Parts: sequence; C-alpha cells; structure tokens
Amino acid sequence: MSGKVETMTPELKAFIEEWKTKPGNLIMVLHRVQQTYGYIPREIAIETAELLDVPLAKIYGVVTFYNFFRLQKAGKYNVQVCLGTACYLRGGDDIIKEFEKELGVGVNTTTPDGLFSVEAVRCLGCCGLAPVAVVNGEVHGKLETKNVAGIIDQYRKLG
Amino acid sequence: MAFESYVLVCGGTACCSGGADNIVEAFASELAAAGLKDKVQVVKTGCLGFCEQGPIVKILPQGTFYVQVKAEDVKEIVAEHLVKGRVVQRLCYDPEQAKKLVAEANIPFYQKQYRIVLRNCGVIDPEKIDDYIARDGYKAIEKVLFEMTPEQVVDEILKSGLRGRGGAGFPTGMKWKFAMMQPKGQKYMVCNADEGDPGAYMDRSTLEGDPHSILEAMIIAGYAIGASKGFIYIRAEYPLAIRRLEVAIEQATELGLLGKDILGSGFDFEIELRFGAGAFVCGEETALLQSIEGNRGMPKPRPPFPAVKGLWGRPTVINNVETLANIPVIINKGADWFNKIGTATTKGTKVFALTGKVNNSGLIEVPMGTTLREIIFDVGGGIRGGHQFKAAQTGGPSGGIIPPQFLDTPIDYESLAKIGSIMGSGGLIVMDETDCVVDIAKFYLDFTVDESCGKCAPCRIGGRKLLNYLNKITDGRGTEDDIVQMQNISDAMCKASLCGLGQTASNPVKSTLRYFMDEYMEHIRDKKCRSGKCSKLISYTIDPAKCKGCTACARKCPAGAISGAVKTPHVIDQSKCIKCGACEATCKFGAISHG
Ligand SMILES: Cc1cc2nc3c(=O)[nH]c(=O)nc-3n(C[C@H](O)[C@H](O)[C@H](O)COP(=O)(O)O)c2cc1C
Ligand code: SF4
Ligand code: SF4
Ligand code: FES
Ligand code: FES
Repeated sequence: MSGKVETMTPELKAFIEEWKTKPGNLIMVLHRVQQTYGYIPREIAIETAELLDVPLAKIYGVVTFYNFFRLQKAGKYNVQVCLGTACYLRGGDDIIKEFEKELGVGVNTTTPDGLFSVEAVRCLGCCGLAPVAVVNGEVHGKLETKNVAGIIDQYRKLG
Repeated sequence: MAFESYVLVCGGTACCSGGADNIVEAFASELAAAGLKDKVQVVKTGCLGFCEQGPIVKILPQGTFYVQVKAEDVKEIVAEHLVKGRVVQRLCYDPEQAKKLVAEANIPFYQKQYRIVLRNCGVIDPEKIDDYIARDGYKAIEKVLFEMTPEQVVDEILKSGLRGRGGAGFPTGMKWKFAMMQPKGQKYMVCNADEGDPGAYMDRSTLEGDPHSILEAMIIAGYAIGASKGFIYIRAEYPLAIRRLEVAIEQATELGLLGKDILGSGFDFEIELRFGAGAFVCGEETALLQSIEGNRGMPKPRPPFPAVKGLWGRPTVINNVETLANIPVIINKGADWFNKIGTATTKGTKVFALTGKVNNSGLIEVPMGTTLREIIFDVGGGIRGGHQFKAAQTGGPSGGIIPPQFLDTPIDYESLAKIGSIMGSGGLIVMDETDCVVDIAKFYLDFTVDESCGKCAPCRIGGRKLLNYLNKITDGRGTEDDIVQMQNISDAMCKASLCGLGQTASNPVKSTLRYFMDEYMEHIRDKKCRSGKCSKLISYTIDPAKCKGCTACARKCPAGAISGAVKTPHVIDQSKCIKCGACEATCKFGAISHG
C-alpha cells in the first residue's frame, strides 16, 4: 500500500491535457487525481506539476488547504461519519467513537489490513437521517451505536 | 398520451439510501404484471422534503402519500391502490396513531408550506428536461431574450424585492445592476452551491430535484449583466447533485438553451461546473472566486466588490442557489406577484432544513414572516419524545441561538438580527432540554476554528482562544473572569476580522451568553451541566441505602473505580471514574445515579 509507486494512467493524462489550457484548472485536475488513486500520490503530483507547468509547492499549497484532498491512501472502505450539527445533536460523536472502538483505529487512520479507514466529515446533506455515516458513497442513516458492528461486518464479508 | 395515475418515487439522497431505486424497479415490474404499464407512469423525483419518513411514494391524482415504503410493499400498493382504488392505510403517515391521513394536503407538515423555490422538487423527474418544460420551464428565458432589455430584467428583480438567500440578504437586483453598469467586456455569472453550513441541505435538494431552474436563472442573470460565461461552484461532497447538473447542462445544450445564439436570440451563454474541496471559507464570495481560479481559498478585502472586480479581475455576480431558483418564477409571474408575499422588508419564501429534536425533520419552504412556533410545532410536529423546546439555532456557525421567548417572532432578515441571530442560508436546528447550550457554542467554535483560513489574526487567534475558554468551562475549570474575556474577544473578532467567517464566528457564543448566562454560571460556579451533556461535570454516585453489594457494577467498570466487599455498599472513586455510565446501566437495584 504505502510503498507502491503509482504511475499516471492514460485517462488521467488525457484529462490533464484537455484541461491544460483552461484557466483555474488545478483543483479540477486534483479532483481527478484523487478519483483515480483515492489520494494524491507524490509522484503523480510531481508529474502533474510538470504537465500543468505550475510549481509543485503550489500543488501542495492547494492540497493541504482543502480538507477533501488526502495525501494518504484511505482504506478500501472509507467510513465517513458525519459530525455536522444535525448529526452531532443526535449522537454522531457516539457513532464515531463506536467505529473507532470496533475498528481499533482513530480518525484519519487506516486499519493495518488496509480494509477500513475512519473519517469525520461535516454534513453529508442527508441531515433528515441523522446521525449518518457514508461508506464508499453508501448512506447509512438513523444510526445507533448498536448498528455499527453490523455495518463493519457487512463490508468485511465483501473482503 | 396521458396517464391515469402517476407514481412519484422520491429519488433524493435520503430516500435513495433507503432503497428508492429498488422501489422504482418493483413498480415497473408489478405494473407490467398487472397490465397497467400504459396507464400508470412512474416518476423518480427529487426530494419531497419529508426525508425523516422516507422512502416516500406519492400517488397522483389523489395525492396519497405513503411513507417508509419498502420494495416489498409495492405489490400491495399496485394491487390495492392502483387496481382497486383502495388506499393502503398501513403505509400512510400517522403521527398520533389516531386518524389516518391520506392526502399530502392533510399532513400538517405540508399545510403551512408555500413552494416557490421547491415548486418542482418532488414533482418532476429532474433528469428529464421535458418535465421541466411542461411546468413552464425555460419560458422565462423566451420572455427575457425576446421581450425585455437587460435593464428591464434588472428592474423587475429590483422591484420584486428579492434578497440574497446565501446569508447576507443583499438585494439581488442591486447586485445585478452594479455588474450591468460595468463597461462591456468579459463578465461572469457564478452560482454559489458550496452550501457550507454543517446541518443544512436546502441547496443540495434544489439542485438534485430541479437542476434546470438554476440553469435557467443563470442564463437570465447572464443576459441581464452581460455575461457569456457562468460557473457553478458545487461541493464535491454532493455527487448526485453534480450528476444531475451535468445531465441538465447536456440536455439544455442539445435544445439550444445553452451555448451560442440561444434560441436564435443572438445571446451566447455557457455554464461550467467547478468543484469545491471541503473548505467552509470557500462559501465566502471572494474566497470562492480564488478557488475557481485554482488557488487556496483565502478571502480578500472588499472593496473592490466582485461585481466590479471578480473572477480574473472581471465583473462577476455571485448568487446562491436558492436566490436563483426564485428568478424564473419572478419573471413569469411578475415582480408585483412576488413582492406581495412575505414581510415589509423581506419578500418571498425561505427554505429551511429543519433538523435536530423535532418530530418531522425535513426540508420545508414557508413564506417570510412565518413564526418559529409555526415552523417548529405545526410544520415540524413539535419536539421529539415529549421533550421540552429549549432553543433553535438559525444561521449555522455564523448564527445565534434563539430562546423560547422569541418563538412568536415573524422571521425575516431584520427580526432575526434584532434577536441576535441571522437568517443564514436556512439551517434550522431545534434543541431540547437534553442539549447543553455551552456545548453547542463549543461545537460551532470548534467548527469555525477548524475552518478559519488563518489569514487574519482576530479570527485565527480569537477563535482559538474562545474555544479554549469554552473547553475550560465545559471541563469544570471555568471562572467568572472567563466570561468577561469571552465577551471582549467576541467583540474584537466581529470588528477586526477580514471576512464574514471571523466576523460572525462568535455569534453562537454571544447569543448563548446573552440568553443562557445562568447555564454558563452553573457550569462555572456549581460545576454542573443540567443537560448532562458535559460529561466531565457529571459525577456518578452509589446510594448506600439501595446498594445490595452485588458487585455487578464493580465488574463492569472499565476504570476499576468501584470498590466494596460483597453484600456491603460499594463506593465510586471519583478520581478514577471516567464517567462512562456503565455502572448505572448495570445496576439492577437503581442504586447508581448521576448528576
Ligand atoms: C464564511 C462564509 C461562508 C459562506 N457560505 C456560503 C454558502 O455556503 N453558500 C452561499 O450561497 N453563500 C455563502 N456565503 C455568502 C456568500 O459570501 C455570498 O454572500 C452569497 O453567495 C451571495 O449570494 P446571494 O446574494 O444570492 O445570497 C458565505 C459567507 C461567508 C462569510
Ligand atoms: S476572518 Fe478568518 S476565515 Fe476570514 S480571512 Fe480572516 S482568518 Fe480567514
Ligand atoms: S461511570 Fe464508568 S468509570 Fe465511573 S464508576 Fe461507573 S462504570 Fe466506573
Ligand atoms: S449534519 Fe449530518 S448529514 Fe447533515
Ligand atoms: S430525500 Fe426523499 S423526502 Fe427528502
């Protein structure tokens, strides 16, 4: 996982070429990088800097400013627990603690088997279902701490 | 061909997570099996607002409203309702187990609502442009492009009294006028779909449920100010809204409603999407423009205002999603229709994401001037679980907390400001007596400190200091002097911060201090949190009279804080106790309590 050197896919390269001349392209390109690899790998950042002709420092400046971009690979299943206001009021902090307890990792860390990572996010826009957690885009709403183990199992079974 | 009935299945984010897609499939196969395929049309719509009770299915023309529907229920709905015309009672919304409410019009949640912005949400299939057109969609464009000058469009919006729904309430027509008056040349129209208030999803639902209305409004605005290019800056966290916008842009372009020479009018306009990346401050307009330009989203001092010098130095108008959703209706129905709705200073309606401790949490739209009481108790169905209303928060992290004595205030920009809150973008969070106002203030400060861009000191340092004081108080280490300090810092942040984030970040603190000083004092003097939320202030004690010495609690305690011999009363060592509550839950004799 960590030692792996990523190489630029032809699709990504084509995307960068397409956006190269558009003003203000950097964030859109970084979104595509993250979509491709699940994070912003250093070697890809270097290559992107060359292709777009921007300093690498600018890329890191942008990546570290925005919460959405990550410099480390997430787990195969990334658990995003909502700590927006609606979820907080209905016990979102207990849900995240339960995930941490069940998985044995803290926020923004990945389990040793690379299967799960836990992330705290602020409002996923389904506050009506508070408290909410999203696993790889799948919404789990009206959570109670007792549901957490079952959700983890459900993904663990998928491997 | 007209259909006899329509089955509307909510395809909003909340209902989709409850299996809306399976329900749509089930209807398709059950209707085919019943031979009703040509008589009943199934439509997957945007959010109907009643997300808490989802997945929602609505049957037209009767307006029957089914809640918490599962794919397994579909067979029965088809056989009973669509074949035999009998309502499936068990799936109707039923607040007090009493009378079954059948039609949407009878559900209190909808009775006080008035839908302008959400006119199409939950009614049309957002991925079909024909559905939008059938409901007067893109009609306003024709009127604007062929019958009105840009000046007339701006005048109409000015006359309507529409004010920005992104938070600040600036008159939209005025903003357009400034940009229109700038010399000709490249100008930009930007839609702010960054929706940063944590706990609010008005804009998301509008974009998901009625994306074309935003495109139409942007074209109108572009025409009025003389811009040929528009950007929608949307949160990357909203994938469904992004997809629906992409579909909508493609469809509109195909019909010649976007692109070169729109409908043969000679007016060109194109729209591009730009994604946010999880920075709250990018909702602030100057930071947003920085972000579109591909930079770190740091605010800039104003003036110059974006209407004069915006994207790449060119005149730019930035409007919020909900502001824009009003535009086509105002053009179609006229400013004089719109400005009769609402209060003296604030026209039209407001969409709120009603959440927290209310029975019916969901997305609502009410005329300006509706009272909080009507919203929370009539539309929202009151407080959950028989608890007491304690306070409501509007305006998210920039807003204030509103205590019960103001429940009858008719809401508009001015009335909310007067009681120390703001309209904000539409988050409306309801709290009951189990919520601690000091903890809530801490929650918001924690958010703004996290999200401060760090450019200016009052926000960066002041916010951190306020948060430290709040932590101290909720930990039971607070002093009365801390309150004075907090007030001073709050004032300084308001006055000296560069952008709206820092200027308003202390509002949750200021308003809780103003209305709930007694609770702050309880935390400080009595080391007590009446709601029990501040766990460090709780202490667990064993009543020796009730304790039978069964040792159950001592075995459960993860901290080894409980000691005592078998069959003699046990005691808790407060210095070891981590306040987990396990002992209280374990004791069969009710001997352990906390306070
Ligand atoms: C910290 C901060 C966050 C903001 N977030 C948003 C937002 O998420 N959405 C929005 O429309 N406006 C937001 N605004 C307000 C915008 O700066 C701007 O006033 C608004 O988009 C203008 O559109 P309107 O006139 O249609 O309301 C924010 C302002 C500040 C200071
Ligand atoms: S007030 Fe806060 S968010 Fe705004 S510019 Fe200053 S540091 Fe940045
Ligand atoms: S609250 Fe938890 S830590 Fe404290 S005495 Fe009870 S079981 Fe032990
Ligand atoms: S607050 Fe959690 S989804 Fe909005
Ligand atoms: S998502 Fe279905 S009612 Fe809101």
